[in-house]
Amino acid sequence: MKVKVISRSADQYLRNTKLEIHKVFRNFDPDLHPFSDAREYTRALNAVKLEKVFAKPFLGNLDGHRDSVACIAKHPTRLSSLVSGAFDGEVRVWDIPQRLCVREFVAHNGIVRGVTYTPKGEHFITIGDDKTIKTWNSLMPQFGEEDEPVNTVLSKTVVTSLSHQKKSNIFATSGEVVQLWEANRNQPLKTYEWGVDSLHDVAFNMVEPNVFGACASDRSIILYDARDKGPLRKVIMKLRSNKIAWNPMEAFIFTCANEDYNLYTFDTRNLKKPVNVHMDHVGAVTYVDYAPTGKEFVSGSYDKTIRIFTADHGHSREIYHTKRMQRLTCVHWTLDNKFIISGSDEMNIRIWKARASEKLGPMNPRERNALRYADALKDKFASHPQIKRIGRHRHVPKHIYNAQKELHVIKKKQKRKEGNRRAHSKRGEVPYVPERAKHVIKEVH
Amino acid sequence: MKEKRKNMKTPKEWLEKHSKGEGVNLKKLKTKIHAKKFETKEKEVKFATEIAAKAEILLTEQKGYLENDPGETTTQFTQKDIANNVDITAATKSFDLKLEFGPYRYEIQYLNKYKSENYKFSRAKYTKNGRHLVIGGKKGHVAAFDWLTKKLHCEINVMESVHDISFLHIETMFAVAQKSWVYIYDNQGIELHCIKRLNKVTRLEFLPYHFLLASCSDEGYLSWLDVSIGQLVSQFNTNLGRLSILTQNPWNACLCLGHAKGVVSMWSPNSRDPLAKMLCHKAPISAIHVDPSGMYMATAATNRELKIWDIRKLEGPVQDYKLINAATNLAFSQRRMLATGSGNIVEIYRDCCNQAAKRPYLLHKFNNPIGNFNFCPYEDVLGVATARGFTSLLVPGSGEPNFDSYEANPFQSKKQRQESEVKALLEKIQPELITLDPSKILEVDVPTLRDKIEAKKKLLYVKPPKINYEPRNKAKGKGGSAKIARNKKILNEKARKEFIKATKDILPEVKKTKNMKKPFNVLDRFLPKKKQQ
Repeated sequence: MKVKVISRSADQYLRNTKLEIHKVFRNFDPDLHPFSDAREYTRALNAVKLEKVFAKPFLGNLDGHRDSVACIAKHPTRLSSLVSGAFDGEVRVWDIPQRLCVREFVAHNGIVRGVTYTPKGEHFITIGDDKTIKTWNSLMPQFGEEDEPVNTVLSKTVVTSLSHQKKSNIFATSGEVVQLWEANRNQPLKTYEWGVDSLHDVAFNMVEPNVFGACASDRSIILYDARDKGPLRKVIMKLRSNKIAWNPMEAFIFTCANEDYNLYTFDTRNLKKPVNVHMDHVGAVTYVDYAPTGKEFVSGSYDKTIRIFTADHGHSREIYHTKRMQRLTCVHWTLDNKFIISGSDEMNIRIWKARASEKLGPMNPRERNALRYADALKDKFASHPQIKRIGRHRHVPKHIYNAQKELHVIKKKQKRKEGNRRAHSKRGEVPYVPERAKHVIKEVH
Repeated sequence: MKEKRKNMKTPKEWLEKHSKGEGVNLKKLKTKIHAKKFETKEKEVKFATEIAAKAEILLTEQKGYLENDPGETTTQFTQKDIANNVDITAATKSFDLKLEFGPYRYEIQYLNKYKSENYKFSRAKYTKNGRHLVIGGKKGHVAAFDWLTKKLHCEINVMESVHDISFLHIETMFAVAQKSWVYIYDNQGIELHCIKRLNKVTRLEFLPYHFLLASCSDEGYLSWLDVSIGQLVSQFNTNLGRLSILTQNPWNACLCLGHAKGVVSMWSPNSRDPLAKMLCHKAPISAIHVDPSGMYMATAATNRELKIWDIRKLEGPVQDYKLINAATNLAFSQRRMLATGSGNIVEIYRDCCNQAAKRPYLLHKFNNPIGNFNFCPYEDVLGVATARGFTSLLVPGSGEPNFDSYEANPFQSKKQRQESEVKALLEKIQPELITLDPSKILEVDVPTLRDKIEAKKKLLYVKPPKINYEPRNKAKGKGGSAKIARNKKILNEKARKEFIKATKDILPEVKKTKNMKKPFNVLDRFLPKKKQQ
């Protein structure tokens, strides 16, 4: 007779002292873990509810400007620095973690139209309505010294926006014409014209450093090459684009913020049709900026809200708003991919989290794993009605809610009318036009 | 080093144990993007299965066994033999409690009448982790204790008849079905609740993952009480008369009821009709039990039959036995041993589901009739409540040797218990999810799609809408009742035509399905031949 019975000695299963952690024994036998699906579903439901509970995206604001904030520039190498220009010609430099203004001076007569750091962050360049392009030292002036520009250039034409090339000392300004400047030179290197009376935005590509694009008041977006003499191509849209932003990871993709409440992502290789139409805003979109990963972008709008879009999705994943925030003038995604900085009409600069419910600060590995697990579960059960509804729900201000309803009615009416027209005309006379083809008029070479 | 790792192959049986079933047939997917998606998903599933199977190697404890020498049978070994041959700590697990609290009556004529309630004298149940035990005597004696260390939590006399007893989710609370109502006591014997809505309850079952205390009553009522919020989830009359044979299916949390007509019915709190009914025997059912993995159900009837059913498919019987005496009690262990009890004898069968067991693995005779018995989870122990006490029997190889600390930990401290209680409460499964197939939640919601199609089909039988024609006020002389009537007719006709045209598009689909539904009948050949199209 051979016999053995389960017998466990307690010292093998219990911790020796109270200072140790409890011993954990795992057995992944599926029979010992019944209802795994239902329990996972419950966990996913809890996770998505907790996500809502912790969704507190607003971190703080930087106040001090005496007029609306016109433009903001991120420091290329330091996360804590920020420079902003206002409508009264004032420029302020901020320390973000301390939420302090470390430097302020009046740079221009009239509005500061644009500000940008040089690639290494030693200087920043401002342009204003007084047609001057001023270069400033990033270092604070010595005690008792006045803020003086390192270099001042007077442009012959109006300048409305500027963008710096990624690595060299060349930058572009827009205005009546697009001009290419080099640091320390008083004359533009090149001037580009294409029968347009004014251009209001210019942006350099971050991967392909010689390519840049501009938005013109004749509803077109023009592409340029810094090595070429003339502009490359343009695409004319139904309404004006306000801002152009290049994808920092994919050289040929850019997104423009349009007056018709939408954003359009284009592939430069085929401008006839946008790759994607991003809808959700209920006012003209004024600003767009890509996340450093190139997977998401943030947009600010005249409807007083910020929206975050996944680059390949047509609808936003997030909306940020506060009672006091007015029309957005600029929105930036910080280079650590964690925060969003917005400047608006009511003189404040606001700092937001890029992911509303993300926990900031250091995390235990256990905590991080738990959050990852929760994310995976949310993903797994994303299409379940209950989880979908909770995850998608956003509280929006009344004016947005009403505007959304109104837009919905308008779109329904248009669709109905088109259907009626189709029903009463010859087959094929009223074709089905995809949404992507609706907003572009033509591509010009 | 890398080569060594490659050579370490996980055994097939481990992989099979953790397998999540056959994957999706990628060739059947129409679109490339979905094929790609499912391909990555399948890879992930395969990876998870492999990792879980590989973790088998880390399990520390070995399962118990009892092997006979040639010329011996395992049946001949008595508890004394086993206890003498195992180590001291294991030997202490075999014990006998003699409880002489009033005369426990045992009347043979009741046995013959198969009024099961009356010959079950006392009841005993373990906690989920198998550490604690609660026993209740018919005459009102209730005791809860840690049976491993023999530390008594409480011992009370409720001064009423006790019909059944069950721990709630933790060992500090247990429910007792007394003469008329169900009471909840804590581990000091203090009455926490008296639940008067559970009236004349005969059997109690606790569903640990749903926090539901399920009960069936003398008057045919089934009820589910959510013990976390103290609300009755569902309570209704089954209209099946007195209910006294109840067990839960640990795999899907359905309740199985045994009836006098030989039928086993399965219930969830979501429907007033049984989810399934199985005619298992041609005689009254005397006991049911479902094995912990939810694979097999054992049923016993008064005609001495014992049948094993495949409960996932609701098919069977897989095995069909004829016992010497009718079994009044059945219990499956974690490693799928089956204990049957009749009169004062307990027989334990090994491997009785897949193949026919010829003789019992172990056999034990008591001096007193058996009340009920349960295998202790994570131990090789069968706890038997008898008319005059409680006996703990050693059954080598019955329990799962390796526990999962996060699921059920026999060694948990107070703090761990409190933490796991909170976790369990957060993960409480809603009672709406109790169905026959617990993985339903992961499947595509076909019924709603079907409803949509049905609604479309129903359109066919809707009458065309009538237009309420109200003529505009026209100038004098232009109108006239004849003209109005004509216009009305024209408009109605037009609407009707449009409606028919719209429904025509759906029609061919429906026709197709109608044709497909008709199975071939032998007598079809006598029908008049159809015209060739």
